Amino acid sequence: MATTNVQSNTPATMRRSSRKTAEDTRTAYLYLLPALLVMGIITFYPLLYQIYMSFTDFGLKNLRVNSPPPNFVGFDNYLRILKNDMPFTGFDFWGTLAFDLWWATSNVVLHVVLGVLVAVLLNVEGLWFKRIYRAIYVLPVVIPALIIATVWKNMWDADYGPINSLLSTIAGWFGGAPVHIRWLDSFDLPISWIPLPLSYYAMLVTNIWLGWPLNAVVATGALQSIPKELYEAAEIDGATRVQQFLNVTVPMLRPAMLPFAIFGFITTFNLFHLSYFLSGGGPDHRTELLVTWAYRLVNEQKLYGIASAFAVYVFFILLILTLITNRLAKATANYAE
Amino acid sequence: MATANTRVSSIGRRARGTSSGRPLTLGTQILLQLICLFLAFTVLYPIAWVVSRSIDPSTLNRPTSLLPEGATLDAYRAVLTQPTTNPVSFARLALNTILLAGGVTVFALAIAVSAAYAFSRLKFPGRAQLMLGVLGVLMLPAVAGIAPLFVLLNRIVIGGFNLRNSLFGVGLAMTSGALPFAIWNLKGYLDTIPKELEEAATIDGATRNQTFLRIVLPLATPVLAVTAFLVFLGGWTEFYLSWQFLTEPKNFTLSMALYNMVGQYAGQTPWSRFTAMALIIALPVAVVYLALQKYIVGGLTVGGVKG
Repeated sequence: MATTNVQSNTPATMRRSSRKTAEDTRTAYLYLLPALLVMGIITFYPLLYQIYMSFTDFGLKNLRVNSPPPNFVGFDNYLRILKNDMPFTGFDFWGTLAFDLWWATSNVVLHVVLGVLVAVLLNVEGLWFKRIYRAIYVLPVVIPALIIATVWKNMWDADYGPINSLLSTIAGWFGGAPVHIRWLDSFDLPISWIPLPLSYYAMLVTNIWLGWPLNAVVATGALQSIPKELYEAAEIDGATRVQQFLNVTVPMLRPAMLPFAIFGFITTFNLFHLSYFLSGGGPDHRTELLVTWAYRLVNEQKLYGIASAFAVYVFFILLILTLITNRLAKATANYAE
Repeated sequence: MATANTRVSSIGRRARGTSSGRPLTLGTQILLQLICLFLAFTVLYPIAWVVSRSIDPSTLNRPTSLLPEGATLDAYRAVLTQPTTNPVSFARLALNTILLAGGVTVFALAIAVSAAYAFSRLKFPGRAQLMLGVLGVLMLPAVAGIAPLFVLLNRIVIGGFNLRNSLFGVGLAMTSGALPFAIWNLKGYLDTIPKELEEAATIDGATRNQTFLRIVLPLATPVLAVTAFLVFLGGWTEFYLSWQFLTEPKNFTLSMALYNMVGQYAGQTPWSRFTAMALIIALPVAVVYLALQKYIVGGLTVGGVKG
C-alpha cells in the first residue's frame, strides 16, 4: 500500500522498478498463500501449541473436548526430563542422547567407508559382471524401511531366525554346537568394556546392510567425475594403487561425500524404524533413540505435556547438530577449492 | 557382458576414476570376484529368506532350507483375503493406504509447487524468514510433532465423527510434515532451471502465471515425479501417526496390519503370511523406486553438494 505514495513523487525509472517489486511481492504472496494457510493451520499452529503444552501437565484427563484446561507447571517438565524424574521406569535422557549420538556416528563412519570401498571395487577396470553386481547391490535402497526393520527383527530371532540358523550351519561344518544367541533381548555386553548390549550390534549390522549401498551409489557418481589424468600423472610419478587411492581418490571424494555423510548422520540420528521395530528399544530401553522416546511418551505413556517438552529439546539438539555439521561442511568446501 | 562393457567405456564413463590402465591379473580378478560374490550373498540372503518363507507351507516349524518342500502360494491367498484377526479385508487396507498416501501426495504437491516457485524466483519482503521457518520445520522429525497434532485434531468432533480418529485427520497430520519437504525439494530443483527461458517468455509477452504454467512446470516434471513418489512412499509405509490416531479396523492401513503380524516373539509370528504381506507391500514401491532411482540419487547429491 505504501508504494502508491512513493510512486507519485519518484522519477519514472525508479517508479517502474518499485512497481515491479510491488507486483512481485503481490505475485509471491499469491503463490505462497495456499501453502502459508495450510502450514499455518496444520504445521506452525500445532508447533506453537506444542510449546504451550510443554509448560503444562497436559495428560489424558485434558484430552476430551469439554475437559478442563491443563495446569501451568512452568519449567517442571523440562527439569523432570533432565533429571529422569518420570512416573515410569527405564527413562534416561542423557543416556539416550549419548547412545543416539554414538549410534549415528558409528553407522555413518561404517556406511561411508564401506560405500567408498565398494564403489572403488566396482570401478576397477576389467572387473567382470559389474552391471550384475551394481543391480544386486542397489536392492536394499529400494525396500521400504518399515519392511526392512520388521523382516530383520524376525531374522535375528533366537529360536527361529535365519541368522542363528546360518551360524549353526557354519558351526556345524567345524563340528560346533547349534548357535542360540539371544540377539535382541540379552543383557550381556559382547565387549565387556563397551556398555552396548547385543541388540545394538544387531541394529548396526542391519543398518549397515541397508545403508552402504546408497553410499556406494553416491560415491560411484563422485568417483566417475575424477579426471583420469590425475591417476596417469600419479602413475608416471610411480605411485602404487594404494598410494593412488589415498592421495588421489580420497581427497577428490571428500567434497562430495562429506555433505552426504552429514545428511546420513541426521537421518540415522532420527532413524525411528530400526530402534522401534527391531530391538523395540530394548533390552530395558538401552537402544532407544530420542525419536522413539518422543513417540513412546505420547503413544504409551500418554504424557502429552512432558512429550511436548521433550520435543522442544529434540528441536534444539537437532538445531545444534545442524549448525555444527554445516560449519564442518563449509570448512571442507574451502579446503576443496 | 563384453559388449555392454565396451559400450559403456566408449562413452567414456567407465574409464574415469579407475586406478590405472594396467590389466587385471587372473589372481586379482578371482579375489575381487570372491569379494563381490560375498557382498552379493549378504545383500540377497535376507531377500531370498523372505521369498522362501512366503511360499513355505509350514508356518511355525523351524525353517532350514531356502527351498521349502511343497512350495505354495497359500500365504498370499490368505493375506489377500484377511491379513490379520481384525475384521478388515486386504482390499480395504490397500484402499485406505492408497487414499491416504495418494491424497497427501496430490494435496501437498499442488500447494508446494507454487510456494517453491515463489521462493525460487521472486524477491519479496519476508522471504528469508519464511524460508527459515520451512527449514526449521523440516529439521524437526515428524514424530516430535505428534503430541499437539493428536491433541488438537482430537478436539474436532462433528456429530459422532472425530477428525483425529479418521483417515482424513491422519492425512492432515501427514501433510504437516510432507509439505515443508515437498517445498524444499521442489525449490532446490527449480533453482537449477535457467532464468533465461522465463525472461524470453516475458519479453514475448507472457504473464507470470503463463510462464509458471507453460515453461516452469513442464521443465520441472522429473522433480515433480520424484517428489510425488517420495511423499507417496512416506504415506505408503507411514506407521506412527496412523498407529497413534486410528482405532477402528475399517480405517487401518497396510503397515498397521503388518505391524500387527510381527507380534512380541517370533514364535508367535505367522511367518509365511507375514513375509507374503511384506513382499506385497514392498514390491510396487520397490519397482517404481528402481525406475526413478537415477533421479532420486541425483537430487540427493545435487542438493547435498550445492548446499
